Amino acid sequence: MSILDEPSAEGRFGEFGGRFVPETLVPACQELEAAFRDAWTDPIFRADLNQLLGEYAGRPSMLTECHNLGRSLGIRLILKREDLNHTGSHKINNVLGQAMLAKRMGKTRLVAETGAGQHGVASATAAALLGMSCKVYMGAVDVERQSLNVFRMKLLGAEVEAVHSGSRTLKDAVNEAMRDWVATVSETYYCLGSVMGPHPYPWMVREFQRIIGEEAHAQCRELLYGEDPDFVVACVGGGSNAMGIFSGFIDTSTARLIGVEPAGGAAVGRGVPGVVHGMRSYLMQDEHGQVQEAHSISAGLDYPGVGPEHSYLASIGRAEYPTVTDDEVVSAFQLMARSEGIIPALECAHAMAWIVREAPKMQGKVVLMNLSGRGDKDVGQMMEILG
Amino acid sequence: MTFGYMETEFRAKREQGRKLLVPYVTGGLTGWQQAIRAAADAGADAIEIGIPFSDPVMDGPIIQEASQRALDAGVTPLSIFEEARELEVGIPLAVMCYYNTIHHAGHERFAYQLVSAGISAAIVPDLPLEESGLWCAAADAAGIETVMLAAPTAPDERLPRIAVRSRGFLYSIGLLGVTGERLSLAASATALAKRLKAVTDVPVLVGVGVSNAAQAREACLVADGVIQGASVVRRLMDGGPEAVGEYVAEVRAAITF
Repeated sequence: MSILDEPSAEGRFGEFGGRFVPETLVPACQELEAAFRDAWTDPIFRADLNQLLGEYAGRPSMLTECHNLGRSLGIRLILKREDLNHTGSHKINNVLGQAMLAKRMGKTRLVAETGAGQHGVASATAAALLGMSCKVYMGAVDVERQSLNVFRMKLLGAEVEAVHSGSRTLKDAVNEAMRDWVATVSETYYCLGSVMGPHPYPWMVREFQRIIGEEAHAQCRELLYGEDPDFVVACVGGGSNAMGIFSGFIDTSTARLIGVEPAGGAAVGRGVPGVVHGMRSYLMQDEHGQVQEAHSISAGLDYPGVGPEHSYLASIGRAEYPTVTDDEVVSAFQLMARSEGIIPALECAHAMAWIVREAPKMQGKVVLMNLSGRGDKDVGQMMEILG
Repeated sequence: MTFGYMETEFRAKREQGRKLLVPYVTGGLTGWQQAIRAAADAGADAIEIGIPFSDPVMDGPIIQEASQRALDAGVTPLSIFEEARELEVGIPLAVMCYYNTIHHAGHERFAYQLVSAGISAAIVPDLPLEESGLWCAAADAAGIETVMLAAPTAPDERLPRIAVRSRGFLYSIGLLGVTGERLSLAASATALAKRLKAVTDVPVLVGVGVSNAAQAREACLVADGVIQGASVVRRLMDGGPEAVGEYVAEVRAAITF
């Protein structure tokens, strides 16, 4: 029986997911689901998207084996290089798909939320390419710590609005983007950046990110002479890069799937099932059901919830969701830079931090890590941290 | 079918030609109990008590601020229920709460918490028809009336399905957008109320974007009544409970035809 499947008609992965949105948005979600189904089974749409992914985003992304780190850790360490995509992360895979879909649906305006700014930059890029207007909501705290990405979005012609409500991070940016969507639903397409939100987003975004795992699976078979890696590791905020790479291995291998959460934003590790942002999933909340603020060094993982399919994979034991601390992340960030000449995004440094910590238990094993973004955007922040 | 407390009251008042007025007050906000008493004395037909939530996606700046103030003051759903018990205003009380508050407490448990607080209805803005089954079953069993919301974006075939599941009244969303005051009543407010009146005899009340007495009157030309949210909460925050009483009296006068 396959685990990686379409969600139920109600948008459920097991008991997670669903469509918990204001009534105003229900018809929009239904319309989006129908449009996505139609596009995803249309060979012309698929061909057009594949062409863009190849000629514009630079796919397929390659594998890089980290010989230096692998030798010192006693493992074979292989990176899937999503950091080399145009705009610097895996976000472009999803955004090109959604922006093409928006265009096909006759929408003229994209709204997006962003944490670290990578999804915002990708959305602004796709809007520029396809001639649409774009507004990006970003928590005021993140605007501060990711100022370079804010300016990149503006250069690309997007409007960036700092969100001052709540914890002033990604969670509040999602709230504000949803409020915008409620008010402008007829002309606006909400370009959600992760495998979260109301049905069909978790499924649709996973389908758009699936290419990471499908490529990686085939590339690993070639590199490893027909074998699969023992571990597939990715960081998890909402969880799109992890769902993308896991997709290629869930049913086709016995690899252990590891989604690494920040200790201060461990939805699966510390949360209980809850409902926010349109979905039922693991959620960090207090004893009264108020959503708690996440605290992570990385803006992209500063999110108290997680995509519902991850909750499902955790509930059936197919994937594991350990945590790492900010200190471990800072060390891993530096280690990757010095050992391999690769500066990872702080988000991906979470995956590396777990690998470094657990390497003694994985001696001789093959570990595939999704390097979902590059660290240029984090250099300023690291400069402050490291003095 | 037998109606609950609120729907029985509302149908009887409508029968007598009275337009229904439901002010919204954020639970736990300074002066909230006095504001509810003042509103009841000034001619409110029911009160909607907002349960503050960390992520109120259907609310604009005013109600967001009120929620945040209440949360910062340590207000919880249980502290609101405790204080609601003391109200005894002689009109039905409803809560407006986001679904996670219910989900976290447990459906049955939450329903009985409402019953024991003397609250007779619930409005859950992020629980659309398709997701409402578990809650509605628990609410029905406890005798809690679940008010469903209908939006201007709904196709015609959807409206009767929402109406038939609604208890107490039917919440007709006045515009595309979140709660908050607007300069004029959106054309969608009366248009949707008209569509709903054509498919149901459940009382239809317009809320979201009904911002003053004149707009309430305009909405009541078509609808059975109005909900007044941000305009009430702003007065409570700026002028205190008396300002709420004065405002409710003004709206009552405006919708008395």
